[in-house]
Amino acid sequence: MEKNTRSIKIIDELCDGHMTCMRVCPTQAIRVKQKKAILLEDRCIDCGECVRVCPTSAIVALTSSFKDFSKFKYTVALPSPALYSQFGKNATPASILHALTKIGFDYSYDVACASEAVSIAIQEYLDRCSSPRPLISAFCPAIVRLVQIRYPNLLDNIIPIESPMEIAAREVKNIKMKELGLKASEIGVIYITPCPAKMLSIKNPLRKKHSFIDGAIAIADIYNTLLQALSQANGTGTREDVRGLGLGWPIVGGQVGSLKAEDCLAVGGLTDVIRIFEDIENDKMKDIQYIEVHSCPTACVGGSLSVENPYIARGRVLRMVSTYGSEPCQDREKIRALYQKNFFSLPGKIAPHPVEPLDKDIAVAIEKMQEKQDTYDKLPKIDCGVCGSPTCMSFAEDVVIGRSSFDDCIFVSMKRFEQLSSTLLETVLKHSQKLEGNVESEKL
Amino acid sequence: MHNAFTHTYKIQGGNIYNAGKASTEIKAILKQLGIDTTIIRRVAIAAYEAEMNVVMYARGAVLTFEVTPIIIKIIVDDEGPGIPNIDLAMREGYSTATPEMREMGFGAGMGLPNIKKNADNFKIDSVVGKGTKLLIEVYIN
Repeated sequence: MEKNTRSIKIIDELCDGHMTCMRVCPTQAIRVKQKKAILLEDRCIDCGECVRVCPTSAIVALTSSFKDFSKFKYTVALPSPALYSQFGKNATPASILHALTKIGFDYSYDVACASEAVSIAIQEYLDRCSSPRPLISAFCPAIVRLVQIRYPNLLDNIIPIESPMEIAAREVKNIKMKELGLKASEIGVIYITPCPAKMLSIKNPLRKKHSFIDGAIAIADIYNTLLQALSQANGTGTREDVRGLGLGWPIVGGQVGSLKAEDCLAVGGLTDVIRIFEDIENDKMKDIQYIEVHSCPTACVGGSLSVENPYIARGRVLRMVSTYGSEPCQDREKIRALYQKNFFSLPGKIAPHPVEPLDKDIAVAIEKMQEKQDTYDKLPKIDCGVCGSPTCMSFAEDVVIGRSSFDDCIFVSMKRFEQLSSTLLETVLKHSQKLEGNVESEKL
Repeated sequence: MHNAFTHTYKIQGGNIYNAGKASTEIKAILKQLGIDTTIIRRVAIAAYEAEMNVVMYARGAVLTFEVTPIIIKIIVDDEGPGIPNIDLAMREGYSTATPEMREMGFGAGMGLPNIKKNADNFKIDSVVGKGTKLLIEVYIN
């Protein structure tokens, strides 16, 4: 069962009802009522677009903070490879990993190497399994959530391979348990995340009960301290640099670039992802083997909790790939053997979470659908949003299910006002004529 | 009397830019009605193929979409060249698509047979020089 789930939250006291969030939400999950934004949780996919645009910072990602980790005897920072792209030229992955141990973590562990292993596992899966094509990457939690809500038909297309961050977390926990003689529960593995969606997959992992990760800290929240630690270390690290094609994972095309398979696509941004999913549903993508999908247009380097300009960050990733990418960090044969032992596989099904239908009884739902269409036909169809719903169509739906009142549409109430005032005027005129008539007759 | 939801869509021939819009909307409506996803998938494929046929070959069409608790019905009535030999057009792999259309991934000769495959009931009438009318029905239970 899914627990209380969303990893973003609207802070009422800070919200001024700007509607910016409502307009950018790709799944129409926000309404504004009485000058306050409201999140429709069953529609939210935690993409973080609203966090990015809120002018009063009233929408926050529910990530962790350092004090949440005091319960652990030992903490490990597990940075998203997107973190490697957030600093200047001199900051190498090794120096960043080193700096993380200077700002409060006992240890830090690279994920890019696990990404390379997962790339090999994906290739194996593509070569060996005949499940429905195209396969959809499972590593952007916002996208998986989108499929659960809007495209439950495509859940079987999501590749059942464990994510690099989980693989890395499992690995480092095992290493540290052996090395330090600690229990798994005593080691806190903390993901350094570029987006709120990753928090979602930590709280509610797919196809399994628990994540190996114990919390997530936003890149933006540790950026300044990390920057200072980096400058004090003069850009030098104490360990060997991170290698391999896994470094390319946080940009659009990074996953596909590390695969051998042809007929793969890499898509960033929800508008384009939705178009691709519609095409898959229409049976139009059968020749495509694998689709790498990201909810952010520039993938993880452009996540809403990252700091650097996403295009500059992308450039840095490309440079890193050309510097460190050619030399693999994984032994392909070893990974293949692990794949055979189901080291990467995620058995079980992903549960669909379709948005509630208009009614559970289909006859009533159909009636309401007609009502929605009739309501829509009376609206101006310009999607102004003043009513507090993002589009006229969503407003029509809100009216039908009782979330909004028809008068909330400013055009509807203006028309009413016009009618009312002309009736009023007519009545006043009629009475005054009558009055005048009476006066006239009295004079006679 | 059944409850019914009806809506009509105008499809413009040759307007590749808006191609697939009607079937996308139909799909969204069916999802909001809570209809089984495998049924939605079948309707989506049939509606999309029918819509694309209009965009590719006809001047324009009216698509009428009706849903009741029992049945989903789509009628596509187009103004266009018509189909001279329906039996031939219903064969898998038969296509009159131009090389340009094939470049775009259409014209594999799967359109009409694919519609039929996904429909519980399918009818096609065509008059050469006037147009083609398709009836697609999918049962909900």
